[in-house]
Amino acid sequence: MSTMKKLAVVSTAFGLLAATSSGVLAQKKYDPGASDTEIKIGNIMPYSGPASAYGVIGKTEEAYFKKINAEGGINGRKINFISYDDAYSPPKTVEQARKLVESDEVLLIFNPLGTPPNTAIQKYLNTKKVPQLFVATGATKWNDPKTFPWTMGWQPNYQSETQIYAKYILKEKPNAKVAILYQNDDYGKDYLKGFKDGLGAKAASMIVMEESYEVSEPTIDSHIVKLKSTGADVFINITTPKFAAQAIKKNAEIGWKPLHFLNNVSASIGSVIKPAGMENAQDIISSQYLKDPTDAQWKDDAGMKAWNEFLDKYYPEANRADASVMFGYTVAQGLVHVLKACGDNLTRENVMKQAASIKDLELGGLLPGIKVNTSATDFAPISSVQLIRFKGETWERFGEILSSDAGG
Amino acid sequence: MSAVEDVVTEAPAVEAVPKRAMTLGLGTSLVVLVALLIVPLFVKNFIIFQLTMLLIYGLAVLALNILTGGSGQFSLGQSAFYAVGAYTSAILIEYTGMNYALTLPIAGLICFAFGFAFGQPALRLSGVYLALATFALATAMPQILKLGFFEHWTGGVQGLVVTKPDAPFGLPMSQDMWLYYFTLAITIGIYIASVNLLRSRSGRAFMAIRDNEIAASAMGVDVALYKTLAFGVSAGITGVAGGLGAIAVQFVAPDSYTILLAISLFLGMVVGGVGWLPGSFVGAAFIIFVPNIAEGISKGLSGAVFGVLLFLVIFLVPHGARQVAIVAQQLIGKLKK
Repeated sequence: MSTMKKLAVVSTAFGLLAATSSGVLAQKKYDPGASDTEIKIGNIMPYSGPASAYGVIGKTEEAYFKKINAEGGINGRKINFISYDDAYSPPKTVEQARKLVESDEVLLIFNPLGTPPNTAIQKYLNTKKVPQLFVATGATKWNDPKTFPWTMGWQPNYQSETQIYAKYILKEKPNAKVAILYQNDDYGKDYLKGFKDGLGAKAASMIVMEESYEVSEPTIDSHIVKLKSTGADVFINITTPKFAAQAIKKNAEIGWKPLHFLNNVSASIGSVIKPAGMENAQDIISSQYLKDPTDAQWKDDAGMKAWNEFLDKYYPEANRADASVMFGYTVAQGLVHVLKACGDNLTRENVMKQAASIKDLELGGLLPGIKVNTSATDFAPISSVQLIRFKGETWERFGEILSSDAGG
Repeated sequence: MSAVEDVVTEAPAVEAVPKRAMTLGLGTSLVVLVALLIVPLFVKNFIIFQLTMLLIYGLAVLALNILTGGSGQFSLGQSAFYAVGAYTSAILIEYTGMNYALTLPIAGLICFAFGFAFGQPALRLSGVYLALATFALATAMPQILKLGFFEHWTGGVQGLVVTKPDAPFGLPMSQDMWLYYFTLAITIGIYIASVNLLRSRSGRAFMAIRDNEIAASAMGVDVALYKTLAFGVSAGITGVAGGLGAIAVQFVAPDSYTILLAISLFLGMVVGGVGWLPGSFVGAAFIIFVPNIAEGISKGLSGAVFGVLLFLVIFLVPHGARQVAIVAQQLIGKLKK
């Protein structure tokens, strides 16, 4: 190519560029982490350490964004998902969050897991004005837009769940003697507080025993025996899956048949009810907002089919009985919805604005009738659940969709 | 426990060095110091934060080094002292509004007392048994912090958020940079004090106990006193490190101070070289950066990759950074000739 020709080509190119970009540039707005071709999303997960079982959530999200990218991305932009390990140790979370914000320069931090790790980075991210979007914890304090306008929760919070149980008990069994078993950590105590708040003034007279266990204990059998000895006729079971299965089994062994409330954390057929024995779990009451993939009633459900297709193609090694897979899938869909809504205005401020204006969003993994809703004053996207009772081999939903917004 | 025996028997690579060489030469020290002073001016705040954490963990490893490398006692309970220091600072700053700098000596003193008291029953134990007793301390600590009785102060499982200090006197530097220099000043102070301690009469008593307890007591060393004193000093320094850690991370929670932290500190000591004080900071760098490298290699298998890297280090340089430093020194010596 001669010099003249080169010049001509270059100048035409510039001319074209100027012509096209002047119109487009006017609307496009970017903060660090966003560009014409990609959106950088940061994430922190406990891939190692005591809570490593939840690392599956991060892996599912990564697989889901791979799917989104394969299908053309979001408004033409690919998601670059950067996920780091914090081993559930708050000092490490701070280090990783700073790395994401200051070194990788992500647009936002999405779905970091755990109450202590999120508490550790909340102040930092709010000072830096980086969205801490859809945190993976059920603590109540994330719904506090006044103090922390850059932090938003996702799932129904623990306190509102046990408040719902408390209301049910007050209505159906006002003279109940209640025994409670809870895990001695933030999650257990949050649930406990919600329950007591729900009972209100009657808490002192109705609760006959509060028993706690440490997550490091191999078995909780002795606690169950102790709780039975109180003669309680309502059992509030605030335990994680392994212990929930133990409790259900032990109850049957020693012939204790109270009205049994099991927290949503352990309402999985695959990882709790089956190991404990279906016959032992009859009439247990719990609550749900996600579809349980191991529940046969969703076999032909459209949302569940889409979920299965996604896993077949992008995450075939996933354990489909693990509730975390469904969780990660649903929350990733939530983020994609927000980013799509942002359009070409990918600033951190607009991300929070769009995240705070979700109206009646329905996702394939949510129970029918449960919708995602947010507003400038409501930073709790999913705040309703439905009561369920175990009958035969599946959860039967009963009553209406209940919501209870406990503020932070 | 082979690490201490090694200190006693001295492997060939280490033999040429006189026993008192627990420190760097003056020239090297100055070079390192200048590097530590200059680096923050050229890097991002995030790196400065990591360097601050390096110094803080370095201090905690140094404390363990005084205990194990100095007096020959084992501890897997350093995380407990670290937690006490961190909570002391956090509570004082948040509830009494005390200046962060003043909380550090208090954290140190409380931990000194705590360590000294714990050293009393520990006198009856040695070697692996002592390690186990301290292990119990480390396992118990997160649960003690969660107790309802203390919850009003500790914030229970939710922890406490600490406010980060601004640079004083209107100095034109970021919070991170100020905190780095603040930590660096304290680190240098404690480092010099530690070196002097080990070179002093008390330090010689520590080492005499480490090398042979019976011989030491025959020479008139009060074994019980010096053993508990070593525990106290070690706990005190760890407490200061914990307090600094709380200020740098801006958050304390029981989950931050699990047994994993104690094991990391122990690991840092072994990698840095037992009994070699400058190695503490190399060890701290190892426990901060190598997990990140491991994660970069494979996310799912980061634990396994870390294990392989650790194994390689221990296999190739069993005496840790000290061995590398000595080999380097010998090489330089040859080149000069």
